[in-house]
Amino acid sequence: MGKLQNFLKGIIKENPVLVLVLGTCPTLAITTSVMNALGMGVAATAVLLCSNMAVSALRKVIPDQVRIPCYIVLIAGFVTMVEMIMHAFVPDLYEALGIFLSLIVVNCIILGRAEMYASKNTVIDSALDALGMGVGFTLALFIMASIREIIGAGSWCGIAIPFLADVKISILTLAPGGFFVFGCLIALVNKLTGNKSSKKEMGCAGCPSAALCGKKESSECNKKETEGGEQ
Amino acid sequence: MEMLRSFAIILMTSVLVNNYVLSKFLGICPFLGVSKKLNQAAGMGAAVIFVMLMSTAATWPIQYYLLDPNGLGYMRTIVFILVIAALVQLVEIILKKYLPALHASLGIYLPLITTNCAVLGVTINNINDGYNFLEAMVNSLGVGLGFLLAMVLFAGVRSRLEEANPPKSFRGLPITLVSASIVALSFFGFAGLVDGLFA
Repeated sequence: MGKLQNFLKGIIKENPVLVLVLGTCPTLAITTSVMNALGMGVAATAVLLCSNMAVSALRKVIPDQVRIPCYIVLIAGFVTMVEMIMHAFVPDLYEALGIFLSLIVVNCIILGRAEMYASKNTVIDSALDALGMGVGFTLALFIMASIREIIGAGSWCGIAIPFLADVKISILTLAPGGFFVFGCLIALVNKLTGNKSSKKEMGCAGCPSAALCGKKESSECNKKETEGGEQ
Repeated sequence: MEMLRSFAIILMTSVLVNNYVLSKFLGICPFLGVSKKLNQAAGMGAAVIFVMLMSTAATWPIQYYLLDPNGLGYMRTIVFILVIAALVQLVEIILKKYLPALHASLGIYLPLITTNCAVLGVTINNINDGYNFLEAMVNSLGVGLGFLLAMVLFAGVRSRLEEANPPKSFRGLPITLVSASIVALSFFGFAGLVDGLFA
């Protein structure tokens, strides 16, 4: 029961993209097509799973003062592995994701989960947490990419949709469309959750990497996270 | 002359046409998080320019004189992020000790920048695009200036937004994103600028 909830919380209640608003850069940049979104989601999930398990397994070994650099090295190592694997087996996707594949290193979700969760919990719990968060991330990317690809390019997963392909609104696949669709999706989530999260502000306090930017932000951040966990 | 022309093209492209925030989606977190007040936005922008120049100056030689000759090109991501993180820490300590005035204005933004994807992004892009050292430095300066420009423009938009009264669900982040979308639209006006100016 507890284990299942641990997995499910990342998908809906604490969806990293739509509720916690983390990892906005890849969310906006690669959701121009569904295939890219799924590729990015799977790559980030793999890195998240490996890094969460490694951080959790090493949580008693890593000294507290240098934990952030240690996490970054671990994450960067896994990102490099994923990059090389994708370069070898899915070169098209590797080209399409481009620099955003390397930039998984600085994705707030991954460092955030390492700092907030994996450093305090067992390997199995951390793995479930990572899977839940990864699936939530992939799901959010998938929804957003579907909207942008169907309306903006008149296709879905590269398959042209008969009527929509003639009336496509291509601005949605460009930069302004990304911001617009993301804004509307978050507004929709706010509406569905009864505006509970409408006061939440983006930025330092909302980003777990704030642990890096001094005690004040980090304590605010921790507080927010525990409040979320107790609900 | 030819060199100056190519520098001008790189600068114009990275500031206006390929603005990292508004058309490449790099560095969105600070763009949305620290753009509430004009002076904070300008401080963050200045700190980003500074860190981008420093990290390019450090990572470009590492790539070409350390990693490439030893066939370690695949270590780029790990090495770059570590160099940037260490550099930012070092700069912060030096500023605190010797230039407290500058530290007071830029210092609070420095640690935040370590995990800013625009900084790692610009260093990796400099290598991917095959720039030489001077071109890479010009490109970093341009990207930094573009970031500053986007931050300052958006801070202006947001100060007007404070007085607006959007629907309840749109309050806070959603309306900010929608207005960012309109600012990004305005940068479309610069497409073709470089071809027009330097044809």
